[in-house]
Amino acid sequence: MEKFFSQSQEYLPFLFQGVTYTILVMLCAFALATGLGLILAFMRVSGIVPLAWVARTVIVVVRGIPGLVTLYYIYFVFPDFGIALTAVQAAIIGLGIAYSPYMAEIFRAGIEAIDRGQTEAALSIGMHWGLVMRRVVLPQAVRVALPPYGSTMVMLLKDSSLASTITVADLSLQGKLLASSTFENTTVFTLVALIYLAMSLPLTAFNSWLERKLRRS
Amino acid sequence: MTATHALPPQAAATRNGTPPWPVEKIAVLDLHKSFGSIEVLKGISFTANQGDVVAILGSSGSGKSTLLRCVNFLETPDAGEIIVCGENVRMRRRRDGRQAPADPAQLTRVRTRASMVFQSFNLWPHMTILENVIEAPVHVQRRPRKDCIEEAEALLDKVGLAAKRHEYPAVLSGGQQQRAAIARALASHPEVLLFDEPTSALDPELVGEVLKVMRALAEEGRTMLVVTHEMGFARHVSTRSLFLHQGRVEEEGASAEMFAHPRTDRFRQFIQRSQS
Ligand SMILES: Nc1ncnc2c1ncn2[C@@H]1O[C@H](COP(=O)(O)OP(=O)(O)OP(=O)(O)O)[C@@H](O)[C@H]1O
Ligand SMILES: [Mg+2]
Repeated sequence: MEKFFSQSQEYLPFLFQGVTYTILVMLCAFALATGLGLILAFMRVSGIVPLAWVARTVIVVVRGIPGLVTLYYIYFVFPDFGIALTAVQAAIIGLGIAYSPYMAEIFRAGIEAIDRGQTEAALSIGMHWGLVMRRVVLPQAVRVALPPYGSTMVMLLKDSSLASTITVADLSLQGKLLASSTFENTTVFTLVALIYLAMSLPLTAFNSWLERKLRRS
Repeated sequence: MTATHALPPQAAATRNGTPPWPVEKIAVLDLHKSFGSIEVLKGISFTANQGDVVAILGSSGSGKSTLLRCVNFLETPDAGEIIVCGENVRMRRRRDGRQAPADPAQLTRVRTRASMVFQSFNLWPHMTILENVIEAPVHVQRRPRKDCIEEAEALLDKVGLAAKRHEYPAVLSGGQQQRAAIARALASHPEVLLFDEPTSALDPELVGEVLKVMRALAEEGRTMLVVTHEMGFARHVSTRSLFLHQGRVEEEGASAEMFAHPRTDRFRQFIQRSQS
C-alpha cells in the first residue's frame, strides 16, 4: 500500500497531463454533439418532409458506424481529400459526430413528449414556430431531456479514451505509456481508473442535483 | 367571393359603442375539411355578428371541434372561405396538394383577433398564472411589459384569480385553470372568443364558476363561438345556435326560438336526449 502511494506521487503529474486532453476532447466533442444534435432534432420535428428525411438518414448512418471507425476515418482518410486535422481536432470532430445521433434522439424525444395542447395553445395566440419552440416547447423539453443528456455526458467522458487510438495523449494513452515503461500495471491502471471515476462521479452527482432542482420548480 | 359584406370596424363604431347595423365578425363560407378519406365538414356556412354568442351543438363526432379549430386555423380547411373580422385568410397550395395559410403575418393577426379556450385548458405549466396571461401581449404583440402586467392583473381579478397570480397551474383546481385560460385568451384584446367544450373536463361542482365567467363575458356584448354540451348555456345565454349533424348545419337560428320550436326532428331528439 505504501508503495502504491509513493509511486502515485511519482506518476500522477504525468497522468494529469493526459487529463487535460481528456477534458478538452470531452467538452468540445460534447458541445459539438449538442449543436449537431439540436440541428438534427429540429430538422426531424420541423414537419418539412425533405429535412426530416435527411436528418433521419444521417442519424441511421452515423449510429450504424462504430465511433472508433469514425475517428479513424476522419484522422486517416480525410487527409486524402486534402483535409488534414491534428489528432485532437480529429478526435473532437469524430466524437462530436459519433455522438450527435444520440443527442438528436434525446432532444427529439424531449420535444415530442410535450403535449400537443401546449403547442396548440401557443399557436392559437399567434406565435410562429420559432417562438413556440423557444417559449413553450424547449423549456419543458429540457426537463424531459436532461437525465439522458447528463448520462450521455458521462458516456462521452469515458469514450473520449477512443482518442488515444489516434495518438491523442489523453489520460488512457498516458496510462498505457507509463505502464509499458514502468511495468507497474496494477498501480498505473488503478490510478487511471480512479481518475476517470473522480471525473465522472461529480458529473453524475451534478446531474441528479439538477434533475431534482428542475423537478421541484 | 369577396369580403365586401364585411364592414370596416371604424365605420361601425358609434358614440355609445353599439353599432346601429350588424358588424360581421366571423363568416364561414362552404367550408370543407377531411381527415384522410373521411370528410368531417361537408360544406358549412354561417356568420356571427358582433355581440353574437353562438352555441355550436351536435352529437359527438359531428365536427364541432373541427369547425372551431378551422376558425383559428389550428386545422387548415380543404376548401371554402373563413373571414375573421373582415379579413379573408389567404391560402396557398402546398406541393402535396393540401392548403396552407399563405401569409404568416396575416395568420398571426387573425389568431390574435380570435382567441381560443380549450377543453383541457392547456395552460403552460412552466409559467405562473400571470406569466401565462402576459405571454401573448408581451411576446406576440410586443406591448410594454409593465402595461401588460397591469392589465393581466385586472383580468385575473375579473375572473376571480387575483390571489393566484404567482402560482403555477399545477396547484390550481380545474375550474381555476379554465378561468385563468379565459384570462389568457382575453389578454391579447381579441374581438372574438372561441370556446371548445370549456367545461367538459371539469368536475360537476366546478362547471358553474366557469359558466359564470362566460355569462359575464356574454353580457359585456362579446362575440363568442361556444362548442358546448351545456344545454342551459345554449338555451339561456347564447343568442344563436348552430346544430351540426354529420358535418352539415342541420338547423340554425335564434336560440330561444330554436329551443322552443325545433324545426328538425334531429334537433328535437337532440334536445330530448340531453334533457334526460
Ligand atoms: N386530427 C384528426 N385526425 C383524424 N380524424 C380526426 C381528427 N380530428 C377529428 N377527427 C375525426 O373527425 C370527426 C369529427 O371530430 P370533431 O372532434 O370535430 O367532433 P366533435 O363534434 O367535436 O365531437 P366531440 O363532441 O366528441 O368533441 C370525428 O370522427 C373524429 O374522429
Ligand atoms: Mg370536440
